[in-house]
Amino acid sequence: MEFIKPDVNINFVGQRFKAFILSGLLILATVVSLFAHGGPNLGIDFAGGILVQVRFTESTDAAAIKKALAPLGMNQAMVQSFGGEGRKEFLIRDENQGLKLQGLSDRVRQTLAKTYGEGKVEVRRVEMVGPKVGADLREKALLAIFYAILLIVVYISGRFEQKWGLAAVMAAVLVGATLLVEALIGAAGGSQGGGTVLLILTALIVTVALCWLLKLRYALGAIVALIHDVLITVGVFSLLDKEFTLATVAALLTIIGYSLNDTIIVYDRIRENLKRPGKLELGEIINASVNQTLSRTILTSGTTLVVLLSLYVLGGGVIQDFALALLIGVVVGTYSSIFVASPILLLLPEGDTVFTRRRPRPAAQPRPEPVVEAASPAVPVSAAKQASARKRKGKKSGKKRRKR
Amino acid sequence: MPKNFAMKATLVGVVIILALLYLVPTLGGKLPSWWTNYLPADKIHLGLDLQGGMHLILEVETAKAVEAAVERTSQELVRRMHEDKIRAIRPQTEPGNKIAITLLHENDRAKLEDLIKQSYPDYKVASARTLSDGKIAMTLQLSAAAIKHIAEQASTQALETIRNRVDQFGVSEPEILPQADGRILIQLPGIKDPQRAVALIGKTAQLEFKLVDESANPATVTKATLPPGDELLYVYRRDRATGRTSKDPIVVHRRVAMTGANITDARVQIDSQYNEPYVSISFDSRGARQFADVTSRNVKKRLAIVLDGKVQSAPVIQEAITGGEARITGDFSMEEARDLAVVLRSGALPAPVRILEERTVGPSLGRDSINQGITSMAVGFLLVVLFILIYYRLGGVVADLALLLNLVLITAALAAFQATLTLPGIAGIILTIGMAVDANVLIFERVREELRMGKTPFAAVEAGYGKATLTILDANITTLIAALVLFQFGTGPIRGFAVTLSIGIASSLFTAITFTRLLFDLYLHQFRPKKLLI
Repeated sequence: MEFIKPDVNINFVGQRFKAFILSGLLILATVVSLFAHGGPNLGIDFAGGILVQVRFTESTDAAAIKKALAPLGMNQAMVQSFGGEGRKEFLIRDENQGLKLQGLSDRVRQTLAKTYGEGKVEVRRVEMVGPKVGADLREKALLAIFYAILLIVVYISGRFEQKWGLAAVMAAVLVGATLLVEALIGAAGGSQGGGTVLLILTALIVTVALCWLLKLRYALGAIVALIHDVLITVGVFSLLDKEFTLATVAALLTIIGYSLNDTIIVYDRIRENLKRPGKLELGEIINASVNQTLSRTILTSGTTLVVLLSLYVLGGGVIQDFALALLIGVVVGTYSSIFVASPILLLLPEGDTVFTRRRPRPAAQPRPEPVVEAASPAVPVSAAKQASARKRKGKKSGKKRRKR
Repeated sequence: MPKNFAMKATLVGVVIILALLYLVPTLGGKLPSWWTNYLPADKIHLGLDLQGGMHLILEVETAKAVEAAVERTSQELVRRMHEDKIRAIRPQTEPGNKIAITLLHENDRAKLEDLIKQSYPDYKVASARTLSDGKIAMTLQLSAAAIKHIAEQASTQALETIRNRVDQFGVSEPEILPQADGRILIQLPGIKDPQRAVALIGKTAQLEFKLVDESANPATVTKATLPPGDELLYVYRRDRATGRTSKDPIVVHRRVAMTGANITDARVQIDSQYNEPYVSISFDSRGARQFADVTSRNVKKRLAIVLDGKVQSAPVIQEAITGGEARITGDFSMEEARDLAVVLRSGALPAPVRILEERTVGPSLGRDSINQGITSMAVGFLLVVLFILIYYRLGGVVADLALLLNLVLITAALAAFQATLTLPGIAGIILTIGMAVDANVLIFERVREELRMGKTPFAAVEAGYGKATLTILDANITTLIAALVLFQFGTGPIRGFAVTLSIGIASSLFTAITFTRLLFDLYLHQFRPKKLLI
């Protein structure tokens, strides 16, 4: 059975500007949504506060629960029905910093028991995070993101470009830059959380700049795709007004891994195709590679989405947001590896990377034939100038590629 | 057969047998003794979110322990200065761990400095100035090293005391671990009454005996009219019938007549007259002597029993108590009396503790989570298996076998490493199922490509594996990096996710590359097919 025919040849690269506009709009929506919501909607893991999951033996509603809790000073509490179990199970959440958290879960239980009757209320889950721990967890989560980016950046710049020396230089510069920023923050006496955000931004900017200067095209593409995926996932989460918890951060890190996974596979194919003798344009090669791996991309994303959907639908309320974040991430990651990560290679600076290496043209060889042929997809304009420098090596292998 | 075939087959065989051995304890019921003696007997360890339980992070307020130490020193100084005939206004503690002393005579200064140097090396004279009336105001400062030492000791002692209390509370496999910044992590799996546990663990249990100052009328006294050296405390009473609590003021001498430090035992007993529980405490010989001393000198006076700043009761001392036994009465329920006995036996916390983080999952929610997790895993697994079977036919059978083995390996590895399975951990396994297929998809798509190019099944399989393996390794390493970072920074459930994800990646590499290759080799050499259904 085949979903994707082997001779599929969709012009993904030709659609790249549409894709870039779409991505740009999505990222814009992310930024707007984050601003509109006053930053990410932090769950009690990060903001501090209390979350109580209660189950009643008889149905009730949020307003009644809120009224019952009013004497506790929890008038800012959010009460929402949970798990869709006939309005019997509810989540009570309060991030009010002025709340006295000590023993609060017990007071909530007692108050509800007084209103609804002893034995009619079951407290199934309590999560109480003091503001200090919330700040610590925030810091820890940000550091986790920071180190994940650092390690992955070094790995991909080494692996994609086969330049481990450069990767080491990169790592050194990154570490140096972050240490410098850290020292500056320390000197300025800035707040901890903001400091780490600054650290991450510095790491990203330094990375992108380094990739640009060192002409690490693949690494740059992969990092852009990675930032793209994480940003959009965060944006969708923010648009849906979902909370960011420790689990969401875990999902984001997994998305980073997954998004790269997809990107690496397409890039590997591009590199392999570049090594083959042929006279194709970079744009064509990228398009061919995306098409060749398309079947795999769709299948793997498909199976991953199937299991995640199963987790989302059947896994219960506690894990639902986690599954949702992964679902969004996988969809965005798949889209980006096809429409963003690969075509973006065309936009990046030219340099002495693998696919633009110019060989000296021996005088004896015939002039290259026109590059654009009937069977080939439309050649992107930006790739045309590279084409003139590339040599045609063998007619036979060139034909074979075009068949695909 | 291809070279290395026998070696690979043996390796795969050994891995499968080991995995099955490790799975038996989790799947099987009670194991015979010959099994548990020689073979793996550990079940998969469930996290608190799956088996229910409580996770607490406490902070020992070590600053209070330091303050208390300074307070003790200042009280001791009164006595020592009296002995050394140093005339001074009563020392006062000041914020910043300082003690202020005002000497009446200039010539006592050297004596005091001597006393400090000899007996209190942790303190330094921070400032000394002559006042207009010839008195000398001096400030003593506790050194930073001593502050650190006291704080550290308070943390260690708090940890020990809490361990004691939890042991007596009767929780199976509790975990009590020191963390950075004087914090303590406590995990109590399967606990039924979390609030009682919190009350028991968090109670400072600072027991003090203070004499009641009968000269002051507690009803009218205010802060301003409080006799010097006295303090106003309250007796809390609960009306059994209405459940209302009331508090009555009582004036006591600030000076502690005796503390609970010398208690050797505490037991709950029932008062035969009122049929109410009380806690009887026994002192060691030093405590007994001290208690006898206090009671003999204060017969017919009232002695307030103060626990964490609240007066439990203030009985009149009828006669000198020399037997080294005392009883604490109050409005206790049986359970409260029992818990009080536990905290008195295990000793006071050196400083109050504060709960920074509490996460409790009820047992019923844990059970629901396991069921829902396993259901979603089973459904996801079946859907993927069916899909792969239809899509790749023969290859699908091979990939599905690999997927099944993958599941076995992951669970076995969890049991073998005694890793903790959490709800996000189950999600990690589910995610691995989805992603493990990737390796086989990559290989099979490659094999299809090679077949299309006209290669024989044998050559196509060879080339497919050869070309895809490096890509697969690469693609998985990034996810592994993310998982390792998560493990390093995550806590509890998130760590469980990182663990299953990492194990899943490792085992899916093994099953999807080594294991499936073995099956293909076997098939190709046995049947020598002309066409490969893939």
